Amino acid sequence: MTVETKSAQFDSISLENGANLTPVSVAYQTYGALNAAKSNAILILHAFSGDAHAAGISAETGKPGWWDNMIGPGKAFDTEKYFIICSNVLGGCQGTTGPSSVNPLTGCPYGLTFPVITIGDMVLLQTKLIDYLGIERLLAVAGGSMGGMQALEWAVSYPDRVAAAIPIAATARHSPQQIAFNEVGRQAIMADPDWNGGNYYSGRPPGRGLAIARMVGHITYMSDESMREKFGRRLREKEKFGFDFSVDFEVESYLRYRGSQFVNRFDANSYLYITKAEDYFDLTSGTGSLAGAFGKAKARFLVISFSSDWLYPSYQSQEIVRVLRRSNHDVAYCELPSNYGHDAFLVDVAEQTEVIRGFLGSTYKEKA
Amino acid sequence: MAAAAEAARKPFVGELLGRGDFAIISELVEPNSKVLDLGCGEGELLAWLAENKGVEARGVEISATKVRRAIARGVSAYQGDIDEVLADYSDHAFDYVILSQTLQETRWPLKVMRDMLRVGRHAIVAFPNFGHWSVRLSLLFTGRAPKTDLFPYEWYDSPNIHFLTVDDFDQLVRREGFALERFCFLAGKQRIALLPNLRAEVAVYLVSK
Repeated sequence: MTVETKSAQFDSISLENGANLTPVSVAYQTYGALNAAKSNAILILHAFSGDAHAAGISAETGKPGWWDNMIGPGKAFDTEKYFIICSNVLGGCQGTTGPSSVNPLTGCPYGLTFPVITIGDMVLLQTKLIDYLGIERLLAVAGGSMGGMQALEWAVSYPDRVAAAIPIAATARHSPQQIAFNEVGRQAIMADPDWNGGNYYSGRPPGRGLAIARMVGHITYMSDESMREKFGRRLREKEKFGFDFSVDFEVESYLRYRGSQFVNRFDANSYLYITKAEDYFDLTSGTGSLAGAFGKAKARFLVISFSSDWLYPSYQSQEIVRVLRRSNHDVAYCELPSNYGHDAFLVDVAEQTEVIRGFLGSTYKEKA
Repeated sequence: MAAAAEAARKPFVGELLGRGDFAIISELVEPNSKVLDLGCGEGELLAWLAENKGVEARGVEISATKVRRAIARGVSAYQGDIDEVLADYSDHAFDYVILSQTLQETRWPLKVMRDMLRVGRHAIVAFPNFGHWSVRLSLLFTGRAPKTDLFPYEWYDSPNIHFLTVDDFDQLVRREGFALERFCFLAGKQRIALLPNLRAEVAVYLVSK
């Protein structure tokens, strides 16, 4: 299945911080077909560094989508049954307006003049895309990590527009530990002289800082066990220690490789803006309590966490489930066993497929 | 047409996973009601009730594997401990709270019963009858903790920690002042009425407060 990224333009959106962004583009892809009743649309929400290319083989790059193991014919998000949409988030750097986009007023990239955005702003832009596609109500919104935060935001802020929400490995509010890791990443970028106050688009990007930020990120996405399995203490292309600071261990080589790869595809300022949006995320901020936040929600929920995920631990999912249960919401929850840490929702998909397929099937039967 | 469809469904209810208590429970539940199943297993009963009686179904199950299978079946189930989950729900959040073949496994059965009747307008309880003649004979003749078809476990690895008989449950219902709405006794797949405390393998009660 070859897929192309499409783009939709909007005149303006009003952001949570009071600013207006004018104009705004959204990059998106779709898979499968919208039915006549327009009742089979599912919006997939990507995590921090994801993009609109969730499934199929990209016509531009020839690469498979980031959730290709979950979306397609006969897969969890079955494209023979559902119409799947995925868009790049606001503030991103893969086709949707973000700090690397050109500000039409100046003719230069926004850089740090780009307004600080929130998860709510990302979702607001997604509602515009859904309007543009002529869809009144989504069958489901689903995503892992930051995608799960967006799914929760959808259910809380647009209760009439979503029949089901599937937050995976997510949280209702960013914890101090999650904020702390994001701050380390931001500081690594801003400490790179090439960052130059966010104004580097005509010169050399802050590749060293961004790579270090990504290395930290990758550590948090794995588990102690998955790292021991994957790397052990194995040395990289040598028999003995080098007694210098070149690469000794496999794990060092892996992190350096991941860091340098990331620099080729991601904008450092987007890293700052999107992590900030994650850190600001707190569903309780409007009403003072999680129960208050879910008060208006009408969706069914399927909450999923992973046993070895220490970045978005199960207790955060369980807190959501407990509040939903207390207020008599329709909620299903399971913690899936996995050694892969936070990355599990991307790579350990057999059981995740089983539960999502069943949940979507019954939702479709009841609510479509 | 509707009657034919009803008739076509009947055998399935009777054979519902070969569990007579499921068949009876499915008859006790009013259509389009709200049901919580404590210890819902893989969600077989709830899926059937949702499909055939239009109930709004929720399930609680302690086993992660079973919860996963229940969700895969389309049931809104979650992993949890019965006591903890019951405490979370508001009064009369459900029309029925079901406890099928689990009362004898709970740490505090009376507390569970009271909580069920707080959270639900009705409670449906099914349990294996420890007063069955085979259990009595097993203890009498072997002199060891009874091991029968109903109670197949060795004493040291049995999940059953509170053994009760039909008469025990009747007495509890009277003592607590619960209203006994309906009851049914099963031997194999047959319903029986005579000498249930001696002959029933499984008892199913519908009670309210």
